[in-house]
Amino acid sequence: MRVLPVGATALLVEVASGEEAQALHAELLRRRAEGSLAVREIVPAARTVLLDGLTDPGRLAAELAAADVPPAPPRPGAVVDIPVRYDGPDLADVAAHWGVSAQEVARIHAGTEFRVAFCGFAPGFGYLTGLPPRYDVPRRATPRTAVPAGAVALAGPYTGVYPRSSPGGWQLIGSTEAVLWDHARVPAALLAPGTRVRFVPAGTGAGARAGAVAT
Amino acid sequence: MTDRALAVVRAGALTTVQDLGRPGHAHLGVPRSGALDAPAAALVNRLVGNPPEAAVLETTLTGCAVRPRSAVTVAVGGAPCAVTVDGRPAAWGAPVRVPAGALLDVGAARAGLRSYVAVSGGVAVEPVLGSRSTDLLSGLGPAPLTDGAVLPLGAPGEPHARVDAAPQPAPPSELVLRVTFGPRDDWFTPEALRAFTSRPYRVSAASNRIGLRTEGPALARALTGELPSEGMVLGAVQVPPDGRPVVFLADHPTTGGYPVIAVVRPTDLAPAAQAVPGTPVRFVAVRRR
Repeated sequence: MRVLPVGATALLVEVASGEEAQALHAELLRRRAEGSLAVREIVPAARTVLLDGLTDPGRLAAELAAADVPPAPPRPGAVVDIPVRYDGPDLADVAAHWGVSAQEVARIHAGTEFRVAFCGFAPGFGYLTGLPPRYDVPRRATPRTAVPAGAVALAGPYTGVYPRSSPGGWQLIGSTEAVLWDHARVPAALLAPGTRVRFVPAGTGAGARAGAVAT
Repeated sequence: MTDRALAVVRAGALTTVQDLGRPGHAHLGVPRSGALDAPAAALVNRLVGNPPEAAVLETTLTGCAVRPRSAVTVAVGGAPCAVTVDGRPAAWGAPVRVPAGALLDVGAARAGLRSYVAVSGGVAVEPVLGSRSTDLLSGLGPAPLTDGAVLPLGAPGEPHARVDAAPQPAPPSELVLRVTFGPRDDWFTPEALRAFTSRPYRVSAASNRIGLRTEGPALARALTGELPSEGMVLGAVQVPPDGRPVVFLADHPTTGGYPVIAVVRPTDLAPAAQAVPGTPVRFVAVRRR
């Protein structure tokens, strides 16, 4: 664990893996909940957790650096099911990357339990991990100027769902009608760091035409 | 219909509603947002008797004009500009009474970039996650003002301040940004680190509420790999592949994958909000307190 100072009031805690980052994030949330950590923002990311709005970052840095015991993995919470039609325009490209059929992409993806490693890019956009490393895919060479809301997409080790229409370079494998972000709803975000997620093949229509299989 | 409202007559180049922003939601990908020149927004609120969290208007370069439906007290601060009420000159940086139906015109900035307009009662658009700020990165909060829009106002609280004029810092002719190195200064060559704090930069015209972009010497990297996305703070100086430092302002993304060479002291971000394109920029390394 490496603790890097960020300006005068923040620390970036760097760990060796995404799993460790998720465990550290859970541990820091636990400490904040019990009142032993006063901090404005706890922002997990790929290999780090950012702590922003600290009054005495130096002291916390020393404390974190001394605590070399890896935090316990987060306790499993409820699973959010996201209905999906595997009908994305890049499904065939992803199938080619994986060396499997389009139906098999759907089967593998829907058979995986994901966890929200972190959020970013847009409110409610989660970076979901869970697929084995052999299923990493590159971003598209040319990003799309408009990816529709609800697009289920892959990039690198991550799966994500676009909360609203935006430009994007991820590979689109499906679509969902789930509302990822609604600021009039409590909570506004369907997915938060640590949330467990399953994609459930839904309906017929476009999904069936693209060859999605319901398990 | 309530008469506690403002009709927008001239929206200007970019006028947004801003308050203290929505910190505390970065883990969901929600930028903090809020007034870029926070001290100026706080001052105009104080001048009209508003609490610090009241929402104000933030103009960009060309000001704006509004017509309140009931008599209000307003104050204009931040970037210095002409202020008129129904064509008659009124004070900048002091409370001004605007009668019902009169036209308040906030002129183009004579120096600086962003003027702030507080109205007694505050702009009372519907808050999103506890804030009325327009977030231009993610689209949260009210849309930027448009001609003909009507903004609701809150009920006035305290009486306005009894001052003729409040001192405000002049917009910077040279922007001096004090920085502490890290967290990713080790991603840059020693020459780049020296250039960053010794060579002149200028404010780029591509700057906005998300970041103050600069033009100047490109900073070469010692590490050329890809940095996994990590959390970003206000004032982070991120260096994209073109090597030109970008200082993250209020609407900055919550995570990013370009290395942060240094972080600007928060108190230096208010002058950064008023630095017009072309303003010389100097990054000065200081010790972490």
